[in-house]
Amino acid sequence: MNTSSRYHAWRKVKNLTMSGLSFTCATLVIAPLGLVLFYLITAGAGAIDWHFFTQLPKPVGETGGGMANAIVGTLTLLGLASLIGVPVGVLGGVYLSEYGGERMNWWIRFGADVLNGVPSIVWGIVAYTLVVVPLKGFSAYAGGVALGFMMIPLIIRTTEEVLLLVPNGYREAALALGIPRWRINLQIVMKTALRGIVTGVLLAGARIAGETAPLLFTAFGNRFWTHHLKDPIAALPLQIFTYAISPYDDWHRQAWAGALVLILMIFLINIGVRALTRERFSGATR
Amino acid sequence: MERHFDQELADLKENLLRMAGFTEQSVAQALKALVQRDDALAKKVDADDATLDKLEIEIDDRCIKLLALRQPTATDLRFITMAMRLSGELERIGDQAVNIAHRAEELNREPLLKPLVDIPRMAEHAQGMIHDSLDAFVYAKPNLAREVIKRDEKVDLLNRQLHRELTSFMIEDPHTITRCLNLMSVAHNLERIADHATNIAEDIVYLYEGRDIRHQNE
Amino acid sequence: MNASLTVTQSKREGAAVKTKESQSLPLTRPATPGGKETTSRGTPVSEVAFEVDSLSCWFGQHQAVQDLSLQIPAKAVTAIIGPSGCGKSTFLRSLNRMHELVRGSRLRGQIRLFGENIYGPRIDPTLIRRRVGMVFQKSNPFPTMSIRENVTVGLRLNGVRNHIALEERMEKALRMAALWEEVNEHLDRPGTSLSGGQQQRLCIARALAVQPDVLLMDEPASALDPIATTKIEELIQELKKDYTIVIVTHNMQQAARCSDYTAFFYMGRLIEYDKTDKVFTNPSNKQTEDYVTGRFG
Repeated sequence: MNTSSRYHAWRKVKNLTMSGLSFTCATLVIAPLGLVLFYLITAGAGAIDWHFFTQLPKPVGETGGGMANAIVGTLTLLGLASLIGVPVGVLGGVYLSEYGGERMNWWIRFGADVLNGVPSIVWGIVAYTLVVVPLKGFSAYAGGVALGFMMIPLIIRTTEEVLLLVPNGYREAALALGIPRWRINLQIVMKTALRGIVTGVLLAGARIAGETAPLLFTAFGNRFWTHHLKDPIAALPLQIFTYAISPYDDWHRQAWAGALVLILMIFLINIGVRALTRERFSGATR
Repeated sequence: MERHFDQELADLKENLLRMAGFTEQSVAQALKALVQRDDALAKKVDADDATLDKLEIEIDDRCIKLLALRQPTATDLRFITMAMRLSGELERIGDQAVNIAHRAEELNREPLLKPLVDIPRMAEHAQGMIHDSLDAFVYAKPNLAREVIKRDEKVDLLNRQLHRELTSFMIEDPHTITRCLNLMSVAHNLERIADHATNIAEDIVYLYEGRDIRHQNE
Repeated sequence: MNASLTVTQSKREGAAVKTKESQSLPLTRPATPGGKETTSRGTPVSEVAFEVDSLSCWFGQHQAVQDLSLQIPAKAVTAIIGPSGCGKSTFLRSLNRMHELVRGSRLRGQIRLFGENIYGPRIDPTLIRRRVGMVFQKSNPFPTMSIRENVTVGLRLNGVRNHIALEERMEKALRMAALWEEVNEHLDRPGTSLSGGQQQRLCIARALAVQPDVLLMDEPASALDPIATTKIEELIQELKKDYTIVIVTHNMQQAARCSDYTAFFYMGRLIEYDKTDKVFTNPSNKQTEDYVTGRFG
């Protein structure tokens, strides 16, 4: 009796220690986010006004102006990157989950994982070699290609994962109805996993939206509106970088504001992802 | 919900009713052969018995298959097992009708002993009992079946009465012995028929109430 | 019970009257239960749907079906029973060329469907699967589709565009699956909103909508409650008027209740194949006897 209650007490201590430790670690994850947000808001919120979203940067010395071109540029680059990353990534994921043989799949997964680990600056070099050099100049295209390449391995793996989550029963049922394979993949398997695929794409977008390094010598940045995708284009991370290393206080403030906007964009994407996944679990898939 | 099994049970019931109708008809024809001294009819009853036998086998076969394939429970189970019993009872009633027909043929070879009074009365009772026990089956009236069971007494009484009467005939005039023995046999057959009707009635009570009322006043 | 058993007395008297007139009892009714079953039961296999010739199936090194030959009659229900792992599901899946979809599977032997070798060199398995529908153990209506879309999916994804035709086929299939009355008010609700038994009938309707010749059922009621199971079994009785049905079940009673022929598989071999009533009242083989009486398996 006595020993057992002492044993019980010891177990309680262990339990408390462990839960205390994990709570601390969990807080350590949240804390930086809170700090970063807090600092960004205090430093950047002041510089955010209507002009920030609508105006071009003012020349040095003049106060005011905005980052409208950088915001649009980032969105443009995201769009261009998606044009490459989404189809290749999604179809690659479909291949992995629906068609590939074991040996082939192993190599593709291995490749995707390695590419995932490639430093982003390397992607910039790749795009530079493939696009900037042949086109003889920095361009939105080059930035899009660099970011698009980065998206591919991310999307391939998430797409494969969510497609594998689709119960095999649906594929069998569709096959037993005499539906051709490609239609099954397109209209049953992918449709069932659509939310998951979109989630993967959004996460990949959020991941690359903040990339700076691959844009340095591809999109290059632009103080003005870009009228053609063959020209250099502005992007929020680039602009922040340029402003942050400048010696002007006003630019510093603008850099903070840009960082805040960028973080908020990524935040919004993540919230969208959350909404999508929550619905998936309470909704159709039971 | 309407089940296919219900259709099979209805078919079984229909078969049973056909057999019942046929049995009643055999008994009626055997008695008619006796009363109207009709040899041809007696021979027909004898010949028809094969059909009854066939029906019995058919019904039993059906029941066994239903038991094996449908695993019946509750009312369905009682119905199928009772159907097997019923077919047996009906077949035996048919056999008694054949016996009566045989007696009739023998009786027809000699002049009439005396106008038949008690035999037709007994027959009427026995036939009534068959009829009512089958009605109890068709219309699901266990109380009618109970009432049939009580009527068995009357047939027994008539049988004993006839026995005594025929015995005195035989004592008076030994020439009548063959005829009296044949008539006694017929009376005995009718008494047996009434017993089978009683059995049927008891089965019907079990079928509809799930209560076994056999051998209770013994 | 009363409702179904109260055949009026007129039948009993009618029978007697008729015999008086015709002097013989009309014994035209055959000795098998259920009038409609007679054609398939009373006569030997009239038309053959599947002719299976020394079929063997493997998963890698494991041989699941061993040199199996049998004929499956058309427009009748053939049940395949046997303990788990006896190869019954594998056999079923070889009938619509689903076995080959499993990685590392192999198959040898011949299967003819109404005379045509379904493993012939020029045969497209997709087309075979359109002719041989299948219903699975776990009901699997497509979660992204409404009831209507679920039923018509086999047609739509095979190129049928005509809306009127689609609606007609959908209603017909739902009626055949005895589901129309329950769902016709809300065809646009998701298929997954139905109850388990309804979902399984929806899957049957989906399979019927492509108008197959044969319906394969792989333990279609094993995940359902008794009432839903009864409904599926009743449905099978209805469907066999138009379809050849092969049902795999580990529930012997189910095989007994709803099939005309029963094949007993054991360790990948066909042990006994006969009319269901024969198998369940007087099997020829000792192993079958032991299995149907519950002594092993």
